[in-house]
Order: sequence, then structure tokens, then C-alpha cells
Amino acid sequence: MITDAIIANSPALLVMIPLIAAFACPFIGRISPAVRNIWVVGAMVLTAAMALLLAGEVFSSGTVVYTFGASAPGMSVPPDSGGIPVRIVFTVDAMSALMQIIGAITGLSIVLYSIAGDRRHTGLESYYTLYLLMIAGVMGMVSTGDLFNFFVFLEILSISSAGLIAYRIDRGVAVEAAVKYFVLSTIGAMVILVAIGIFYGEYDALNIAVIASRMQFTLLDQVALVLMIAALGMKCGAVPMHFWTPDAYSMAPSSITAMLVVASQASLYGLFRVVFTLYNVTLNAATVGWIIIVLGVLSMVVGVTMAIPQKDVKRLMAYHAISQTGYMLLGVGVGLAVLGNQSLLDAFGYVAMEGGIFHIINHAMYKGLLFLTAGAIFYRIGTRNLNRMGGLGHNMKYTMVFFVIGALAIAGIPPFNGFASKLMIYESVFMFNPILSIIAMVVSILTLASFVKVFHSIFMGPRLPEYADVKEAPAPMLIGMGILAAVVVLFGLFPGVVVDHLIEPAAQALVNQGAYISAVMGGA
Amino acid sequence: MLVFGTIPYLVIVALAVIGLATAALKRNLIKIFLGITIFESAINLFLVSLGYRDGAVAPIFTDAPSTEMVMATPQALTLTSIVIGVATTALLLSFAVLIWKHYGTVDTDKIRRLKE
Amino acid sequence: MDLIASLYTGSGYWNPLVWLIAIVVVFVIVYLIWSRGESGYKKGTLQTTPFISGNPEPEKSGVHVPGGNLYWGYTEALKGYYSRLVPLHTGRLNDYLLWYLGVTAIIMVVVVVTA
Repeated sequence: MITDAIIANSPALLVMIPLIAAFACPFIGRISPAVRNIWVVGAMVLTAAMALLLAGEVFSSGTVVYTFGASAPGMSVPPDSGGIPVRIVFTVDAMSALMQIIGAITGLSIVLYSIAGDRRHTGLESYYTLYLLMIAGVMGMVSTGDLFNFFVFLEILSISSAGLIAYRIDRGVAVEAAVKYFVLSTIGAMVILVAIGIFYGEYDALNIAVIASRMQFTLLDQVALVLMIAALGMKCGAVPMHFWTPDAYSMAPSSITAMLVVASQASLYGLFRVVFTLYNVTLNAATVGWIIIVLGVLSMVVGVTMAIPQKDVKRLMAYHAISQTGYMLLGVGVGLAVLGNQSLLDAFGYVAMEGGIFHIINHAMYKGLLFLTAGAIFYRIGTRNLNRMGGLGHNMKYTMVFFVIGALAIAGIPPFNGFASKLMIYESVFMFNPILSIIAMVVSILTLASFVKVFHSIFMGPRLPEYADVKEAPAPMLIGMGILAAVVVLFGLFPGVVVDHLIEPAAQALVNQGAYISAVMGGA
Repeated sequence: MLVFGTIPYLVIVALAVIGLATAALKRNLIKIFLGITIFESAINLFLVSLGYRDGAVAPIFTDAPSTEMVMATPQALTLTSIVIGVATTALLLSFAVLIWKHYGTVDTDKIRRLKE
Repeated sequence: MDLIASLYTGSGYWNPLVWLIAIVVVFVIVYLIWSRGESGYKKGTLQTTPFISGNPEPEKSGVHVPGGNLYWGYTEALKGYYSRLVPLHTGRLNDYLLWYLGVTAIIMVVVVVTA
């Protein structure tokens, strides 16, 4: 009875739980820090449970549509509205469910890590309030089927992220990073709002399914498409609009940086949702596909080459995050470029897209893990400068193991998860255009080279006198990292299962626009 | 009629260009934030003008003179967007305060300790 | 069995478990070769100290190579590339915005012209 009600309302609860928990957090925090920690962890566990419950529902019985304020959640089109869904609708298909799983796993491990890793700071009530708002923003962005609602969650996400980037003021430098991030993301979000206004003016609707079913690809639609692609591409950190990424990623607290990776991927999800679900075959697939491929290749190459000479460990990892985003853009861009041509899509398009989407979830796991290890090292020795580190492998063995797992995964070394998704991208992109595939492999080699440098300068070498009595990171931090490391290893060992059950449905959901429309409009 | 109908959109484009140009070209943080606010007003104006229907009334059924009613969605969007704009501006200005406190300047040429 | 399913990539397949078995076999062979090695050396004599052309061994903390010195040759060789790329990251907020607006304009032209 009650479980049925929870499952039926899980899309709403998914956003509601973190929102309520967030705004209650400052009051709970007045009782005692311990109660607040239990409250935050409890809220995050519940949110993750909702996300996994909902994802299970989606993967077993298809797209879930949830209409707010309707007499029944599935009633997206009121009978007296003339066939238009007037209410806010959450449309959770396989792609959304995949993103929710990412948000749930990373969100949970980050919260566990944060309980120990950030306890020395002041103002933790606000910290957790903003953190839970970030979770709500990510979950809302990936679930919503309404464009304006997407904009609102995007703004919730970017306001709370900006607050958290500036959280550790750090003599003003963190605030500088936050200003850069926030000015860009505000303008980006407003440009998205312009595009939404254009859709509303043209099609009198805000629901993605309705707009998709009426899409004409007129001049105005082209303008709206470009505004969306550029803004969401900037928010996910595609070169040459990536400049805010290293600033923000390096100055945010490490736990938040790991969450910012997920936030960027929510923007990436938005980008894919726009080109595949909103436009699909109406757009000029080759042109737009190549634009995304070019952005992807630029991101891969510039990201990794900028990473190699970096001296700040988190800045270096941030450039790698840009570079890895390039792989996702490349994979899905190749899928987009052959959209509408069924034989090419079957030959390599689907595999390329699956590789790109698989890389999203893999990247969230191993990059989150790497940022958390960087945070653990910062927590113990108080510097992020690679030149001043060395010999920490003697004292921080578990952190070193987790770092190695993350570094091998990002470099695409078997048997970790990065290899599986990169292999799918290499082989499918090779059939599309061999040069792109070769670039991708070279970038992977440079990634490995760069992480060899990081590994050497942090962990290798003799025990340095100034770090002689450094201790291992506290247990909750290790548990947080351990969850992500376990997922990295498991996804690496059983990629076939993951691709069959999670990734392939997600890729199908993106390509199959008709299914998305009929889920909302009811077989129209 | 056509000319009159396009005036709001011309104003919107002008405001948007002014806002974006201010944000992109001015070096003073406060002026950049002003540019963002102007751009935001342009968008709010855009949303409101989208909702304008000649001769239609507000969707209040009591004693309505005609049944030609305006869909209230754009107004709702505008209100939401204004609220978000207030939050955005407040956060940006508080960042400016902190930057001024720690850097002693609001010139973007000098706020570049993070680069390369 | 579903768990040991291979990952098909269109032109090949990947099975991590087969790979793991292969790696284990390789490690066993390596161990066997290693265990055949000379074990009769004397600890604490010259046989276990590093030989640096007869020079005395430096302090352990003096031989650490910090991160900044790695890949010096790589960046030196690609100087032409790096001297152009790195200064683009100016750290000025205005430049960030102009890049974003410029990319939007370029994509706009490409999409509208080809449509």
C-alpha cells in the first residue's frame, strides 16, 4: 500500500526529499552537528533509494511519466485541454534513469566523504543546504519533461554550485573562481531561456514532447538550437568554452568538485536531450553531428595537452575532466552524425553512442574518485602543489590504491571501466572516420602519461621529512572513495552486463524520439 | 500594425545587445553585473511580449467581458525568471563584496590569480 | 551465464574475465622465472647497495624528483604549440565571455548556412 504510493510518486519524491532536507538543514544544524550529519546522510540515502527505485521501474517497465497536480500521475494530457499537456510533467526514460543512478551513487559517496573531510570548516549547515540543493537540481534537470522546468533546475544547480565553489574563500581566490563560473553560467542559462521563449512563441508549448512532435526546423528553430548547443556545451566544459572549468574545479572543496563533474554531465544530458529528443531527424544531422564531434575532439586534445604541464593537482584533474568530456561528445556526436541512416546507425552509430553514454557514467565514477583522493591528500598535507608533494605512498596506502584504480580507469587501462567505454568509442569511431579514432587513442596515451606524473610526484619517492607523520585519511572518507572504486572495478569487470541493461536502453531512448513523444502524449 | 507589433522585439534585441556587450567588454565587475541584469530584463520583456494577445482579457472568469483569454503561462515564466534574477544578482553582488575585500579591486584585469 | 557476457563493439569483442585469466597466467610465469633467481647474496654488504660509479649514495630525501620537473622535455619539444595555447587561458572574465559568444556566433553561422 504505502510502498505502491512511494513507487508511484517516486519522481516527485526524488526532487522533494533533497529540497525539504536542504531547507530544514540550517534548523536541524542548530541542534547539534551530529544530528545534522545524520539528517544529511539520511536525506541522501533516501534520495538515492528513490533514484534507484525509479530507475528500476524505468528499466523494467518503460518510461515513467509523472504529472504534477493531476488526479493520476500518468494523466499527462487533461481530457479538456485539447490534447496539450498543460501541467509540469516529469518524463523519466532510460537515459534520465541512467543519469539518476549516476547522481545517486556519486551523491551518496560524496556525502559520506564530506562528513569527515569537511568537518573542520565553519558554516556547515549552509554547506549541506547548498549540497542538497545541488542534488535536487541535478535530479530535476535529468527528470523533467518540461523546458522551463529544466531552466529552473539548471539555475538552482548553478546558484548552489557557485555558492559552494566560493565556500572556502581562500583569500578571495575561490570567490574569483565562483564569479567566473557564475557569470558564464548565468548568461548561459539566460540564453537557454531565450531559446525556450522562442519555442513557446512558435509552438505554444513548453513540454519537450509537444515541441518535438511539432518541430519544423524553421530559421527560429535553428537559432534556438544553436543557443541551446552553445550554452549547454559551455556548461559541460567543451573547448573553447572551457575556461571556467579548471578555475572552478580547482578552487571548490574536493567533494564539491566531484559533484560538479556530475553537474556538468547533467548539462551534457541536456545537450543530448535537445539534439536527440527535441530535434531528432528534423535537424541537419551531419552538420550538427560534426559540430559536436569538433567540440569533442578539441576538448580531448586541448584538455589533455593543457593538463600535462599543470602543477596544481586539482587543476590538472580538471583539465582531464574536459578531455574526458570530449570522448562523450565524440561518441554521441558520431551517433548523431549518422542519425536517420539506419544501416550506418546499426553498423557503428549505436555502438558509438553507447560508448559515449557508458563513458558518462564511467567518468562520473572514476573522476569523482580521483577528485576525492586529491581531497584526501589535501586534507592531510594542506597543499595541492605537485612540486611540494612526494613519498606519500608510505603513509596513505589506501588512498594510493584508490588513486591507482582511478588513474588506470581514466587512462583506459584494462580491466577498469574506462577501457570498456573507450574501446567501444575507438572501434565504432574508426568505422566512421579513422583519424578521429587515432586522435582519441593518442589522447588516451597522453592521459596515462600525465597520471604517471601525478602518481610519481604524489606517492612515489622516499618519505619526505615534512610529511613523516602524515596519517591515512579518516574512515568515512575511505568509505566514500571505496564505493566509487568498487563501482569502477565492477563496471570494468562486467561491462557486457552494464551495457546490455543500462546503456543500450539509454541510447535507444535517445534515438527513438517517437517513444518519448507517445509516452507523454499517449500514442498520438 | 505590423510595425507596432515589432517594436517590442526591436527593443528586446537592442537591450540584449547592450546587456551582452556591457558584460563582455566592461572591465568593472559591477558594470558586468549591470550588463547581466539588463540582458535579463530583455529576456523578461521578451517573455511578456510573447504572451500579449491583442484584445484578449486576463484569465479571470468572474464577469469576464469576452471569452478570448490570455494563457497565463508567459507571465508565470516571467515572474519565476524575475525571482531567479534577484537571487542571481544578490549572489553576484556578494561575490563582488568579497572580491573587493580580498583583492582591493573590481577590475577584471587584476582579478586573474587563476589562469593557464 | 549473463555475468560473463562479452562486450561486442561492432568489430570485435572484449571480455575482461578472459583478460584477467591471461594476466594471472602471465604473473605465474613471471613469478616462476623470478623465483629461479640468485638468492645467496649477503645483506648489508656492497652487494645490496646501489652502485653509482663509486660515488657515495646520496640522502634518500635528496633524490626525489618533484612533479614540476617531469615532462620538461615534452613541453620543451612542443614549445611552439604550448606558447600559443597557454596564453589563451588569460584568466580574464571578459575573455571567457567573448569566447563563449564567439563560439555561439560561429556555430550559428554554420548551422543556418547549411540548413
